Amino acid sequence: MNADRGELAGTFKERARKALGDAHLRVALDRTTGNARTKRAAAVAAWPDFDRARAAAAAIKDHALQNFPYYLEQFERNALASGARLHWARDAKEACAAVIKICRETRAKTVTRSKSMLGEEIGLPHALAEAGVRRVETDLAEHIIQLAGETPSHIIWPAAHRTREDVSKLFEKHHRDHLLLTEVEAMVDSARRELRDDFFSADVGISGANFLVAETGAICTITNEGNAELTTTPPRVHIVTAGIEKIVATTEHALQLTRVLVRSATGADLTQYTTFHCGPKRAGDLDGPEEFHIVLVDHGRTQMLEDMPEMLRCLRCGACLNHCVVYRKIGGHAYGGAYPGPMGSAITPVFDGLEPSRDLPHACTLNGHCKQVCPVDIPLPTILRDWRAKSYRQGFESRAVRLGLALWAFIASKPALYRAALAVALPLLRRRGKDGWISALPFAPGWTESRDFPAPPEKTFLARIASGEEA
Amino acid sequence: MVQNVHPGGPRVGLFATCLVDMLRPNIGFSALELLRAAGCTVEIPKTQTCCGQPAYNSGDDASARKLARQVIEIFEGFDYLVAPSGSCAATIRVHYPDLFRAEPAMRARAEKLSAKTWELLSFLVDVRGFAPTGVSCKASATYHDTCSGLRELGIKTQPRALLSAIEGLEMRALEGEETCCGFGGTFCVKYSEISDAIVTEKAENVVATGADLLLGGDLGCLLNMAGKLRRAGAPIRVFHAAELLAGRAIHAIGEEKP
Repeated sequence: MNADRGELAGTFKERARKALGDAHLRVALDRTTGNARTKRAAAVAAWPDFDRARAAAAAIKDHALQNFPYYLEQFERNALASGARLHWARDAKEACAAVIKICRETRAKTVTRSKSMLGEEIGLPHALAEAGVRRVETDLAEHIIQLAGETPSHIIWPAAHRTREDVSKLFEKHHRDHLLLTEVEAMVDSARRELRDDFFSADVGISGANFLVAETGAICTITNEGNAELTTTPPRVHIVTAGIEKIVATTEHALQLTRVLVRSATGADLTQYTTFHCGPKRAGDLDGPEEFHIVLVDHGRTQMLEDMPEMLRCLRCGACLNHCVVYRKIGGHAYGGAYPGPMGSAITPVFDGLEPSRDLPHACTLNGHCKQVCPVDIPLPTILRDWRAKSYRQGFESRAVRLGLALWAFIASKPALYRAALAVALPLLRRRGKDGWISALPFAPGWTESRDFPAPPEKTFLARIASGEEA
Repeated sequence: MVQNVHPGGPRVGLFATCLVDMLRPNIGFSALELLRAAGCTVEIPKTQTCCGQPAYNSGDDASARKLARQVIEIFEGFDYLVAPSGSCAATIRVHYPDLFRAEPAMRARAEKLSAKTWELLSFLVDVRGFAPTGVSCKASATYHDTCSGLRELGIKTQPRALLSAIEGLEMRALEGEETCCGFGGTFCVKYSEISDAIVTEKAENVVATGADLLLGGDLGCLLNMAGKLRRAGAPIRVFHAAELLAGRAIHAIGEEKP
């Protein structure tokens, strides 16, 4: 749905190449992910029991997922009792339609929105534009990329690809005051002034949810800027869009997950705001929305419960992105979907289909750093490898790759043939070497484009052992 | 008293790995010497080829199973399978049982082999309590933790403990020592430009240590970093840690002239 966007045009390899050639992007990514890694490491080091908390967090999510219908029904009952209205959406289209319908019924002209990756996943910004509803992004980074006309490139810092120097220029161009500001604080103030009127005049506020709490029917948002509260409180209508996997049994569970989520995301103990929203404004309340709608989105999650249940534990903390050597080099837009990095590569094939996104599970070194830092221990390398196996079974791999692997397996499963082939091939390869190194490999040009390859020895280890040479 | 059927210590099947066999026999000889010094009876089955990892990581499970079956048949009779590679050892130890999840009989054999499969350096320390004696090397060195060994097998302290026994060797910390070098098997060829960007940063960090030697425990990763360092014109010499430990660090990767 985003294929028309400039930064998402082309194939994965084309986008990756463009990103690799962008020195400016490198600076932005190094700053953001470098800070994130340092702060997370400090937070984890300061909590000796982090590993236990991480195991408990995974168990909390698994418990909710293993009793999915039970807790979703409990959530529905309690949310309805609180005065909320629920809308179940099977897919992205139904989810957007539910939001647009509410906007139409309330004759909304302007909606404010606090950051929600689910909104990006279902294409809500696009759907609102098509419906003629003015959308104002209130998260600072979302505000930046809305001004730039882009999509998020990171799930925690949507403008991770932008430097503060970029932001300075964008604000000068788009903000009413047209001031060239260089101090971060002054830029934040400028955004505040810019957004203030919309916070109070918007007809509808749309938020995501970090948790859906079954025992109370409340939804929880975790933010740093307070924009979620200003998005959800003053407008007459509050719409929550949330994936059904956000369900947890209890408030205590939500708070336990918050402890590992925030540390993994920003390295802080807590975010500035942790808010539980439960139903619309009641008689006697000073503020709050008159209507409170919750759009519960499946969009492939029921299928994921079958195919890769661990993925539904994901808290969207972004730690796997920050620690991924590939993400750190190519940034988020190269991945082409709403979610980049390891977790994005694991779930984008669910949303977009495996064939068009088959590069994503392959563009990974399977180094396991993502799993190591995941606060809910999602076996991301295993999930990505499973996608590779599926891609292979479904015939998406090129003929050359299939032939190469089959040929290798054929020869390597016949030891005598294998030995004979090496006895012929190694001296041939050796002859290509100069001063012990080969600078162009005919069968692996990708290697020698940027690296040399050592010339192989005359005889293999096993051939030397066979000829009686011992250590 | 239970009779010791292997008076010469445990019977170890040395799985050289296809890369070591083809490209760097010196690592195989180093492994052989170290295992013997650690009191093992070592055999090198001559029908061994490849563990199947390239097929496994490419999603070609049928080919991977074919090669896994072969490795199991060759090595299941030994007390231990030891390989001078974290990623090949992890393929056998961590992934073989899963590869045969639909074949209970093969799965049981895979699990048995898994339980006695070790990466060389961790085997020497954790199973044999070995420390090299009389090895000296007057040089400074830095160590890259290769990912499969580090994260799938928990190899971190063992190589450092072994290297600390080498007289004259000064170890220097490497910035991002636990960050992947960008090798990733077929990844480095399929996504060569991304791989290059990753190994470029790794090479810069290695050069910044000012060390004479770069050491590690996996030939694939070492080839990637050595190839990049060579292309970048950096004079740092690259060895498998076992070569240094066995006192066989004479010609570094790429230094064996015809």
